[in-house]
Amino acid sequence: MLPHEQAAEIFDRIRKLSSADEVEVLFNGGHFALTRFANNTIHQNVSEENHVVSVRTVFGTRTARAFTNKFDDESLRHVVKSSENLARVQHPDPDLLPVATREEASGAGSIDDKAPSRYFEQTAAITPELRAEGVRQIVGVADQHKLTTAGVFSSGETFEGVFNSRGLSAWHTQTSAEISITMLAADSSGWQKANSPNVANLDPLRLAEIAAQKAVDSSVPTEVPAGKYTLILEPAAVLDIVGFMFWDYSGMSILDQRSFLTGRIGTKLFGENVTIWDDVAHPLQAGSPFDGEGVRRRRVPLVEHGVIRRVVYARATAEKMKRSEHKNSVGVIEATGHGFSLPNEMGEMPVNIVFAPVSDPQTVEQMIASTERGILVTRLWYIREVEPFEKMLTGMTRDGTFLIENGRVKGGLHNFRFNESLIHMLSSVEAMSVPVRSSGEESFDMVVPAMKVRDFNFTELTKF
Amino acid sequence: MQHVANWALNTAAVRGASYADVRVVATRNRALTTKNGKVGNASDAESIGMSVRVIADGAWGFAASSELGRGAVEKTAAEAIAIARASARVKREELQLAAEKPAVSEWSTPYRIDPFTISVEQNIDLLLKIDAELRSVPGITLAEANLNFNREEHWFASSEGADIHQTKLSTGAGYAAYAFAGNEIQKRSYPNSFGGQWQNKGYELVEELRLVENARRIAEEAIALHQADQCPEGNFDIILDSSQLGLQIHESVGHPIELDRVLGMEANFAGTSFLTLDKLRTLRYGSDLVNVVADARQEHGPGLGTFGFDDEGVPAQCTPIITNGLFTGYLSSRETAHTIGLNRSGGTLRAEGWNRLPMIRMTNISILPAEKPLTLEQLIASTDHAILMQTNRSWSIDDKRYNFQFGCEIGWEIKNGERVRMVKNPSYSGITTEFWNSMDAICSHDEWTLWGTPNCGKGQPQQVMGTGHGASPARFRGIKVGSAFHGS
Repeated sequence: MLPHEQAAEIFDRIRKLSSADEVEVLFNGGHFALTRFANNTIHQNVSEENHVVSVRTVFGTRTARAFTNKFDDESLRHVVKSSENLARVQHPDPDLLPVATREEASGAGSIDDKAPSRYFEQTAAITPELRAEGVRQIVGVADQHKLTTAGVFSSGETFEGVFNSRGLSAWHTQTSAEISITMLAADSSGWQKANSPNVANLDPLRLAEIAAQKAVDSSVPTEVPAGKYTLILEPAAVLDIVGFMFWDYSGMSILDQRSFLTGRIGTKLFGENVTIWDDVAHPLQAGSPFDGEGVRRRRVPLVEHGVIRRVVYARATAEKMKRSEHKNSVGVIEATGHGFSLPNEMGEMPVNIVFAPVSDPQTVEQMIASTERGILVTRLWYIREVEPFEKMLTGMTRDGTFLIENGRVKGGLHNFRFNESLIHMLSSVEAMSVPVRSSGEESFDMVVPAMKVRDFNFTELTKF
Repeated sequence: MQHVANWALNTAAVRGASYADVRVVATRNRALTTKNGKVGNASDAESIGMSVRVIADGAWGFAASSELGRGAVEKTAAEAIAIARASARVKREELQLAAEKPAVSEWSTPYRIDPFTISVEQNIDLLLKIDAELRSVPGITLAEANLNFNREEHWFASSEGADIHQTKLSTGAGYAAYAFAGNEIQKRSYPNSFGGQWQNKGYELVEELRLVENARRIAEEAIALHQADQCPEGNFDIILDSSQLGLQIHESVGHPIELDRVLGMEANFAGTSFLTLDKLRTLRYGSDLVNVVADARQEHGPGLGTFGFDDEGVPAQCTPIITNGLFTGYLSSRETAHTIGLNRSGGTLRAEGWNRLPMIRMTNISILPAEKPLTLEQLIASTDHAILMQTNRSWSIDDKRYNFQFGCEIGWEIKNGERVRMVKNPSYSGITTEFWNSMDAICSHDEWTLWGTPNCGKGQPQQVMGTGHGASPARFRGIKVGSAFHGS
């Protein structure tokens, strides 16, 4: 791991090498290891250490960035020169702002004021032997149920840092651990996944037991025809499908008129029970407390009781929005600390999504008990956008799809293809569980509830 | 880089590896984009590092580092051994590597113009010219254009004596025009969506694509889509353009033939495959007209899956995948070849970079064109009623690669051999083998293009890889059209 102090020293060397008006340097990297298993054996087992520095130089209103993973004098001299050569030949960008000052980036307090520690020694100390022991336990559960298992147990420690020539210095270190398990039977499967900065929050045996039970319970699957069903989506399924809309909660996306929220901010688009925040400081969230310019991430209400309230902004996007034709119709306009590193064409995005708890949460079991006929979904897969303005998405169910009849799970089902509008789905939520930290494969980790949704649109069946 | 390889291989041998290989990879990437008259991204990236892959105690270990000093290299090799020994704690079977004669060789991508010699000013001028052309059409609300250049230098050495040096060059270029009006966003891309065309070529690819010349037409089509009728829903014959057929091959042939998927190694993430081992040489995958190869050789063309040697030192090969409709081959590696009775790998193991473990990846998975001359216009002229679909907009397929659904940017209804109207939001869906068995015509070589897919994701940690897909337009009978919008 690159220490903060060494990064600061490298920044000083870069600054001295540069002839640009302004310099901004980003650091990221760390150590990551992943043990992968399939067919009840470890078949891939990897580890990597990498540190990357990128240098953005500014000449007037021209800017560009160059990257290297070498920190010797010659490599730093080369990366500065590459960045400057690229920047000098850019066309002037009237929207480009000076690099952020420390005060501008941190708002009222210092950058680290609200950042919870996300570095855990126990996670950083995980060895290949400890991961193998976790896998051995998971395989033991598979053997016990006469199943075949596949999955991963990973761990890592990472850093992110931003320094600039106006005195800003932001640094974040974090650990992470993740377990993902698929249990396979002859004609069915089950799945579970969890991650956390703190490995103590992960229980491989419990995850393995749940995944195995799903595989067992969904065996000998039957078919029901495609159509509209009451659907109970476990949190990972909710995460993977709703994740496709958050690129649109961006000031740049509104300015580009590619967001489904264009002309819809302030309108009630979803049900009364849907309230969504972006909140990096939430105790179940993870990630850096600052954005690609070092600006502290603020807590932003995106949706309140179904009404689209705000979108997030990088510094330059906020200034541009204030001058745009949309300025009176998009709510609060301010830099929220969600910008990508510059230069980029996408602007910003909320990445710490938290669904607010409802006053009358239900467990998945309670949702099932109150369902006359419906379908329980463990996981969704290969989700893609079919139509951007109604946010029509397609995808498949996977690894545990169950028929519910008369308040009980009747058994496994063949998997479905859905074509469903997110606007319709989030307007049709009949019940939610307490939000939990959840992890899927199609979207980034979020704090989301399970949901019971009426009239979810399945259009086709597959063969298993 | 010989000294790096020696340090790593010696350390692995001393610590008990029964097999070891080392890869040192240096990459350089340049990315330039414009959006609505401004430069969006301008960046240069360089990365170098090494990785060691070993077998110890009969199990795999892999470690990678950006440090190339002797101490760091030896530490990385030792870590790979320790990881392999940990792997051996949860092991069921002994590894079997198919024999491969160790190669000592040099290989590089043929190219005419090194893209890194073209000035950034010239590239930006081109992008802004395209941008201006797109936005000269009233109603275009967003124009995006991109140029990407990549250079990779690979050194591979193994404990068996292989010593291979390869230099690969690739270029990508394309653009998209968006039109937002009312409650609708329509989009057209050129020459393909998601970044355009990508090939293992130099700057000559940019010159060949006639980017500026096509910009106005593309923008006008994006506008015209707003006035077009919704694509009808029902069972129709369809004709796919070559880029969409390339993606159809990628998803419904390329992925299911990956032997690691078939054997369950990807079950937790990418999924498995309907192509269980009993189907080899018994499954009628498609109609008699369907002939698909996996061809990594330079003579197949400058695809993103073209190379001299794969990342475990196996020379590029051509494997027949579907022969006159019969399923005849998988993508294999040294570890998996024996499971299908082969005594040699098919040479498809590749890694995203120095820090990733090589895994089975598509090379150039291409459908062979008809031998008898047939142009797209002749195919249309011979069609009574069909929907012609062009340029992918969305793609989705289940985790065994049976059920798929694709959306395209633009469609044309064909009646009595003529295009009678433009239709918007065209989509089609089906079951893989039923779909390929419905193919009753494919155009000939004049219409065949080797498309590049630069963004194929697979593996944990996920790796993004470029693959190639040669295709010419083809017709399929009785396909389900429009179910993406059914019930909405």
